[in-house]
Amino acid sequence: MSAGDDTLPRAADLGTSVLARLSCVIVQPVLTRVVRRVAKQHPSLFSRLGPHQGTDFVIDPVELPFALHLRPDPQALVFRAVARNAAPEAGATIRGKFMLLLELVDSEEDGDAAFFSRDLEVTGDTEAVVRLRNALDDVDGSIAEETAGMFGPAGRAILARLRRAYPT
Amino acid sequence: MSLAELICPAGTPAALRTAVDAGADAVYCGFQDATNARNFPGLNFTPDELAASVAYAHDKGTKVLLALNTYPPAGKVDLWRQAADTGALLGVDAFIVADMGVADYIARTHPGVRLHLSVQAAASSPEAIRYYCENFAVKRVVLPRILTIPEIREIRKEIPCEIETFIFGNHGLMVEGRCSLTNYLTGQSTNMDGVCSPASDVEYKRHTDGSMSSQLAGFTIDCFGADEKAGYPTICKGRYTAPHRSEPYYAFEEPISLNLSRLLPDLVEAGVHAFKIEGRQRSKSYVRGVVSAFRQAVDDIRAGREANIADLVALTEGQKQTQGAFETKKWR
Repeated sequence: MSAGDDTLPRAADLGTSVLARLSCVIVQPVLTRVVRRVAKQHPSLFSRLGPHQGTDFVIDPVELPFALHLRPDPQALVFRAVARNAAPEAGATIRGKFMLLLELVDSEEDGDAAFFSRDLEVTGDTEAVVRLRNALDDVDGSIAEETAGMFGPAGRAILARLRRAYPT
Repeated sequence: MSLAELICPAGTPAALRTAVDAGADAVYCGFQDATNARNFPGLNFTPDELAASVAYAHDKGTKVLLALNTYPPAGKVDLWRQAADTGALLGVDAFIVADMGVADYIARTHPGVRLHLSVQAAASSPEAIRYYCENFAVKRVVLPRILTIPEIREIRKEIPCEIETFIFGNHGLMVEGRCSLTNYLTGQSTNMDGVCSPASDVEYKRHTDGSMSSQLAGFTIDCFGADEKAGYPTICKGRYTAPHRSEPYYAFEEPISLNLSRLLPDLVEAGVHAFKIEGRQRSKSYVRGVVSAFRQAVDDIRAGREANIADLVALTEGQKQTQGAFETKKWR
């Protein structure tokens, strides 16, 4: 490989980058609605986050073409899809398969068990992650179901299909 | 036969409701401060949350036990006294205490509320247990996880109170309530601040070969290979190098959880009154799975049937389980 090859983006990288950015544009309106709805329905989440309401969490579903950036500040909520190479500097990063992350949000899976099995990876500020986990765990019901319900029968069908595609 | 009450953990109100709905006979929990040994960020109950939770539990016939199981630093007892006063006002069914000063305050101030002696008191002899019963009217002792079942049977004959033993969850064999390892590295006390390996001092590092190291206060306490199961970042379960060892080794303990599901009939026969599930820091998913499994098992035993225990190894630390000292003193 010549020195020049290192400095020029390869076609495959370029394709991945374009796919990531396109995916972000497509899912962003959904994410915005979801986070606003969750914040409205579950305001008690924020008190358990304490000083980490302003922490930048990067949630990385490893098989998707993008990552998610969450800053759970009730005054200025951020939940957006970002290309991995454009993700902000993370206070904490949570990495795992998409469906595992979704099941953790809903407490259908145990975070410690997923950590023990190495299916879940945490780096950065561990206290921030523990607070986020405990805040989400105190939510009754299913955030995934609520989110799917926002989009009617089509949303519920997509969630059911996702669950079939990712048997736990 | 003992009653074999099932005592279940709750770190949040939602987890408490989950435990109640899954069949807990009693749920134990704590306030959001240093008065309990799971003083973790974002965990535990405000007084208002505890009030609502007590109402929920009592409505379903489930008891609520309030853990006040840490040790007040000298001269700083007000937080523990206020917590006891609040708990009594809210109608908790018992306090779980370790410190004699806290026990004495509750025995004098709230004599109508039961006192349970925490595992953190490390009372493992009939003499020690009787002392707490005679001086503070303790009604139940939670035994340290260092006794065999025959030893428990002998202790039961010599004490005037009920016995509770852990049956599932975290397995630490330090002299309970005396461990100073976290304090040594972080300056925070497991026994007085209620934090073992505080999350603010924990850091995980991912390496390019797929391995992951866990650090506490800047000290590496383990490094898990790409295909290895992981454990909690606690010093007692760290893997260390030493001059006399060619490979890093678990100097104190290894990542593993207690699981006494196969010994439940023997524990009942030995006179154990209550079975405790560890894990207030765990999720609703854990609470639902473990409580449901042991509810079924205890009901089977009560009905004289052979207990059919669900496989819980996926929820164990390091995905390994042991019967520890309950099976043999040779454990570690």
